[in-house]
Amino acid sequence: MPHIEVRDVSLTYDTPAGRVAGVERASFDIEQSEFLCLVGPSGCGKSTLLNIIAGFLAPTSGEIRIGGQAVTGRGTDRGIVFQDFAQLFPWRTALRNVAFGLEMKGVPNPEREKIALEQLRLVKLEKFADAYPHHLSGGMQQRVAIARALAYNPAVLLMDEPFAALDALTRDDMQRLLEDVWRETRKTVVYVTHNVAEAVYLADRVVVMTPHPGKVKAQVPIRLARPRDPLSVEFLDYQKELLRHLGDRAAKPDGA
Amino acid sequence: MSAFPDRTRSMHRAATSLVLVAAAYEGIARSGYFPAALLPTLPAVGRALVEGVLDGSLPGHAVSTLYRVLLGMALAVVFGLPLGILMGRFRPIEGFFLPLASALMPIPSLAWVPVFILWFGLGNATAIGIVFYAALFPMLLNAWSGVRSVNPLWLRAGSAMGADERSLFWKVIVPGASPFIITGLRQAFLRAWIAVVGAEMLAASDWGLGWVIFDAKEFLKTDVMLAALAVIGLIGFVFERLVFGTLERATVLRWGMVREANG
Repeated sequence: MPHIEVRDVSLTYDTPAGRVAGVERASFDIEQSEFLCLVGPSGCGKSTLLNIIAGFLAPTSGEIRIGGQAVTGRGTDRGIVFQDFAQLFPWRTALRNVAFGLEMKGVPNPEREKIALEQLRLVKLEKFADAYPHHLSGGMQQRVAIARALAYNPAVLLMDEPFAALDALTRDDMQRLLEDVWRETRKTVVYVTHNVAEAVYLADRVVVMTPHPGKVKAQVPIRLARPRDPLSVEFLDYQKELLRHLGDRAAKPDGA
Repeated sequence: MSAFPDRTRSMHRAATSLVLVAAAYEGIARSGYFPAALLPTLPAVGRALVEGVLDGSLPGHAVSTLYRVLLGMALAVVFGLPLGILMGRFRPIEGFFLPLASALMPIPSLAWVPVFILWFGLGNATAIGIVFYAALFPMLLNAWSGVRSVNPLWLRAGSAMGADERSLFWKVIVPGASPFIITGLRQAFLRAWIAVVGAEMLAASDWGLGWVIFDAKEFLKTDVMLAALAVIGLIGFVFERLVFGTLERATVLRWGMVREANG
């Protein structure tokens, strides 16, 4: 059985101009421990779909099943990382941000901070445990956000363009780090991006979406050994394939 | 962080402005254009101040004024803070209380003094009631604005991590609104401090810094009036800088939610 099943999911918005389909009849499966990327230009419904999986939005029709159970709302079986650095709580240190989910679970303190520190070590930030978010760089803040989303041990990690606001060099480092974290934790990851190169670097499989209305256009398994070489011919061929599916409106190969 | 040289420089600047204004006043007071009884020199005011402090009368008055302010303000915080937060969080509560606040807020607190005197009599109850009235709205409105300004991502992240409504309230909304809540406390204290002096002039029988000024006027003791004014200003300054400044440095400034003040 797939870990996550997306079944005929549609979401329509009522706007002054009439009903608009944000997502139209999306269907695909995500396997246990798979790294799945949702790729598409803005307006294709990829973030909307992620928010439906997260339980922040309810679909107009269709359903999401995780481990065979229909999703009816938010749940701590899913961790989520957003694009905006401001997602961290500025009044908590890195460590206490990471410990938040454990605190909500009722994990008592010495143990809570021990687990949180392990999570920070996973993203190589254990030295910054006592720093407040505003003293950390954007990349470090996103690493804290990843540690925070993993700390209460959800089976699924949902990521909404987490590195889109970072500079290209930091983004490359972060992608390598995320790959390591994923290999170590074996979470099922659903990762939204508009960056084709990022999708080819990270994903086991890419779901390509196109806008107006937001539809699943194609599914492309990436069959390259890890860690992947972004300059190899095969890597570039995958990028070309994804761009072909996206049509003229797509981002350039380097994702700029 | 070079906080220390900055602090020293800002103290220098503050001292410079104070000394310049004091020197200008002294010049005018000594010029002889105005009667000394109306415009006493600074040494005369200083003498009145020292005498008042030494015989224990000014500290006594200051304590009763502070008692009224702190009690009235505590009541305003106890009611205004939770109500403002609930208004920001729940639409029906906002719908009920916002029109009330909008209607009552523009009424100057001192306009209530005669009414309060009829209801509560002369003395502490009226002064505390006026302070409560003056401090309530800044507290309420800032808490309300603070909750509305909480980053929705914090609420999303919090609830995704399993926070229920109660945890969201205490661990996300209240700290998230803290820059506004601290501003609310500051403004509430300022309004309370202004209101208490007025209320004491009109409603206190024989204690309080406002009453000292009012009473000294009867005997044309301008030096005592100015000494009392200096104490009022000093206590206000100490609260603003030490109490609220320290609170700010320990919280929202440390968390990077507001920037450092200059001056």
